Amino acid sequence: MPRKVLSRALLTGAALLALGAAASADEQYFPLQSYRVGPYAAGGTGFFGGFIDYLNLINSRDGGVNGVKLTWSEGETQYEVERGVEVYERLKSRPGIAAWNPLSVGIAYAMIDRITADKVPLITINHGRTDSTDGRVFPFVFPLLLNPYSETSGIVEYLATREGGLDKLKGKTIAVLYHGSPYGKETIPIYEQLARQHGFKVEQIEVPHPGNEQQSQWLTIRRLKPDYVVLRGWGVMNPVALKTAQKTGFPASRIVGNVWSNSEEDVIPAGEAAKGYVAITTQASGTQYPVIQEIVRGVYDKGAGNLADTKRIGSVYHNLGVLNGILNVEAVRIAQAKFGHRTLTGDEVRWGFEHLRLDEARVASLGAKGLFHSINVTCANHEGEGRVTFQQWDGAKWSVVSDWIKPDWAALRPIIEASSAAYAKERGITPRDCDAEERAGDTAKRASADPQ
Amino acid sequence: MATALPLDLARPRRTGAAGILLLLALAYGLVPLLGTGYLFEAILTPFLALALAGLGLNLLTGYAGLLSLGSAAFMAVGAYAAFNLSLRLPGLPLPATILLAGLVAAAVGAVAGLPALRLRGFYLAVSTLAVQFFVAWALNRIGWLSNDSPSGIVAAPRLEVAGLSFDDARGRYLFSLTVVAVLTFLAWRLVRSPTGRNLVAIRDHETAARIVGVKVARTKLLAFALSSFIVGIAGVLWAFAYLRTVEPAGFNLDRSFQILFIVIIGGLGTLRGAFLGAGFIVVLPLVLSRLGAAALGDGFDSGTLEMVQRIVLGALIVAVLIREPAGLAALLDRALNHALRRVRPRS
Repeated sequence: MPRKVLSRALLTGAALLALGAAASADEQYFPLQSYRVGPYAAGGTGFFGGFIDYLNLINSRDGGVNGVKLTWSEGETQYEVERGVEVYERLKSRPGIAAWNPLSVGIAYAMIDRITADKVPLITINHGRTDSTDGRVFPFVFPLLLNPYSETSGIVEYLATREGGLDKLKGKTIAVLYHGSPYGKETIPIYEQLARQHGFKVEQIEVPHPGNEQQSQWLTIRRLKPDYVVLRGWGVMNPVALKTAQKTGFPASRIVGNVWSNSEEDVIPAGEAAKGYVAITTQASGTQYPVIQEIVRGVYDKGAGNLADTKRIGSVYHNLGVLNGILNVEAVRIAQAKFGHRTLTGDEVRWGFEHLRLDEARVASLGAKGLFHSINVTCANHEGEGRVTFQQWDGAKWSVVSDWIKPDWAALRPIIEASSAAYAKERGITPRDCDAEERAGDTAKRASADPQ
Repeated sequence: MATALPLDLARPRRTGAAGILLLLALAYGLVPLLGTGYLFEAILTPFLALALAGLGLNLLTGYAGLLSLGSAAFMAVGAYAAFNLSLRLPGLPLPATILLAGLVAAAVGAVAGLPALRLRGFYLAVSTLAVQFFVAWALNRIGWLSNDSPSGIVAAPRLEVAGLSFDDARGRYLFSLTVVAVLTFLAWRLVRSPTGRNLVAIRDHETAARIVGVKVARTKLLAFALSSFIVGIAGVLWAFAYLRTVEPAGFNLDRSFQILFIVIIGGLGTLRGAFLGAGFIVVLPLVLSRLGAAALGDGFDSGTLEMVQRIVLGALIVAVLIREPAGLAALLDRALNHALRRVRPRS
């Protein structure tokens, strides 16, 4: 039996290779480790749906990027790491891979060594390994727009604007209700540090996974009488938190959700209890932005849309997918301007991501004014100074209630660099000299500076 | 669990040995020459790791008749122990790290086996569940175990033995293959030793075993320790050779069930059952989804494809278990015997 399976697997592998070789030269390929099945399916269908919709739009409206057609295929991971690795190994031999976009922390971690050896960018928009922001140590990993630390700082900056300034936070109490998992615990030290820095009191309360019972946590919150509660939840924990808050008499408008507590799926199950709830986001929701309108007209009206339920167009995850599409496509475009209008290698696309500078004017010309603010990725800063905004749920839709807020990057950078330096030491990586690379500006120089 | 399962002693020794040698020759000689990176990295390495875990659980469940739902926890203990050993004792060679990690898992396994002195069957299964949850809780709670990594996920060290790097796809496969071959050989020796017979005696009739002088309590704890040793090393292979990261979420209850199904479908109380079961549970779904994708094309919704593949796999499991409740190993034996009788008609 195993022999039979082996030979079959060998045949399949050979067939895949043959398939790959047949692809035409002017294509740029996006392998998608999507998850449309399992507990994370709501996020997966929205995000990958939005991403595919944008790639479709570029192909049908512009004929690709400067004539280079965008292609993609999906492998189902169910958000499980070993399946993500399997899909990576299966799709990595296809030609013209632009970048990997797993939208899963676990899968991303398992891929860091692999993509670094294969020299292809790994995009972890809004999530991922915080210290991979340091592009000197992680040349191929891009936690675009937001990492867990800048998210934390963004939330504190927002609460300061509600109080009328950072100095007004002094003496206030913020309770952080976090998911009892590595993800949930990741920001504990940052909240502590920001509390010391700004003189507020922070109480961090754990909710064990999955979080469908929170009576005791909310009784603690009632006793503490915090000014704000930050909800760092996931899945069923979010609607349960909102409902229990209502029962305990804590107003939803004083609860602020993090980036994994900000979707329609988090608030709709809570019903009335979610009205007034505020959550952070890097991309506004809604369909009023020109690029979303073009997707509706150019993709969905032609029956080529990826979302099964068209009501989800413009939802949080769908818009995140579209935004992810914009960033990937623009990185390819920027790299093409340097290397030529052809299929690029992963390393060339990496150069594109490291020069991904979209100011407000460029964002507007892409039809995304108001959808997101701007991005400025450099060799050393792979996050790219993403700004955040806050949306309030009115029972039917999200609406933006804040300006585009800058997290305090300068305060976070030393912590990130300490962590990436420890990683570099552990793995024997010599950090790149970004200034020298910029000065030299030629491919050969860069390649030699990469680890391994 | 209590039904007497045939020990594979009756099979003609020489055919078995020749078959194993042939398999090893193929695995070491032919596969590394012909295989692709995908075959090594995505199919064979996880197959070997989970087959080894199945082998370990089979010692406990198949041979000694003790049901455990904590296999993934023992894998996690092995993986995290190996991570910490290689991190904190940098000079330690990799084989020693793996051996020590196995011993740590064995120690945890022996402690986890204490309830087995009083409990049996499903009650024991429930008490091993506690281990599953306790280990996950401890890994999440004690930051030291993951070197205070903020996200709890840590990177596995490179595979190097005595200056020889096994860090490419083929190297990972050969490394895993060697570990699995050595441990399978040891397990094979074990089940034929007096200790192995004691395990089976306890499974088949505990009181009778006690009367003929088997030290039941000691043997049960030994079964837990030996099984956890192998499962722990399987965890090291899973984390170091396959995923290259160590994260607690990958060692959840689903994984424990997966290993239990490998053993049940492969065949309880046989060593080759673990390999057949792992082939069925790990490799077959991948083959099915590849075939599905090839038949339907890339454009087909990957979620639907996944669901169809699950239905097919579920139907196959039901079919196999109806046809042969003793698992794939028994099915294979019957087929082999049938074939042999045709080749060598009884004189």
